[in-house]
Amino acid sequence: MKQRHWYDYLWLWSLLYFALGFFNILFAWLGMIDFLVPLFIALIGGNKAFCNTYCGRGQLFQQLGGRWKWSRDVKAPRFLSSKWFRYGFLTFFMTMFGTMVFQTYLVASGGRNLTESIKLLWTIRVPWGWTYEAGTVADWVAQYSFGFYSVMLTSTIIGLALMILFKPRTWCTMCPMGTMTQMICKIKAKEKL
Amino acid sequence: MKKIAVVDRARCVACGACRKVCPRTAITMYKGCYAEIDREKCVGCGLCAKTCPGTLIEIVERGEV
Ligand code: SF4
Ligand code: SF4
Ligand code: SF4
Repeated sequence: MKQRHWYDYLWLWSLLYFALGFFNILFAWLGMIDFLVPLFIALIGGNKAFCNTYCGRGQLFQQLGGRWKWSRDVKAPRFLSSKWFRYGFLTFFMTMFGTMVFQTYLVASGGRNLTESIKLLWTIRVPWGWTYEAGTVADWVAQYSFGFYSVMLTSTIIGLALMILFKPRTWCTMCPMGTMTQMICKIKAKEKL
Repeated sequence: MKKIAVVDRARCVACGACRKVCPRTAITMYKGCYAEIDREKCVGCGLCAKTCPGTLIEIVERGEV
């Protein structure tokens, strides 16, 4: 058995994140760490150390699906790791992300009221109002929290479904963060995209 | 050692799942682009191939590569 390091327990952070957002939605902002750190590592270091070592999400899937065997552990459909699907999903994901940021902007500019709910799988609205007391922070700060938490929860739900159906880390083949950081690395290393 | 792991570099997503399970630390990530197998270290055990989420690693006879 290989020695375990502190960073091998970052999957607990993934769980903690969702727990915190269940009580106070403003904690959702902490998820920006998981968004910005991988990009900075790729841009500055030219590697995927985040995916390879520090990503709590990937670890969570490996823990639940691998160690605890909540996975059928069978080959995933080949298209899931194909270029067109990966780049296509990244495009879709970023479009939805942009829409969420735009809604935050609308709330900030007074064009829309704060909606205290989260949206799962880009379609299902779930009331989430108990996690926020109106007026605690500027409305747009709260709106972004609900939006970002939705993004995080949605991708985890898809990831868990893929984990159960196929290999533990099947999500990692289509994960937008993984695709984006690999793109940056490939451009830096002058490899074919 | 008769067998060795071979990575489909063009499709590899550089997630590092294979690197984590390799008992011989035979896998490194080439500049965040794809996984690379150290021919000297790999013993062809197949753990990486089983773990790869894209099933992009093949275990082949050494003579073939
Ligand atoms: S591909 Fe995504 S989920 Fe997988 S390790 Fe990288 S950032 Fe984490
Ligand atoms: S076949 Fe075994 S030794 Fe060779 S790279 Fe894969 S996990 Fe490591
Ligand atoms: S597990 Fe598969 S996709 Fe991930 S780095 Fe290794 S060979 Fe590439």
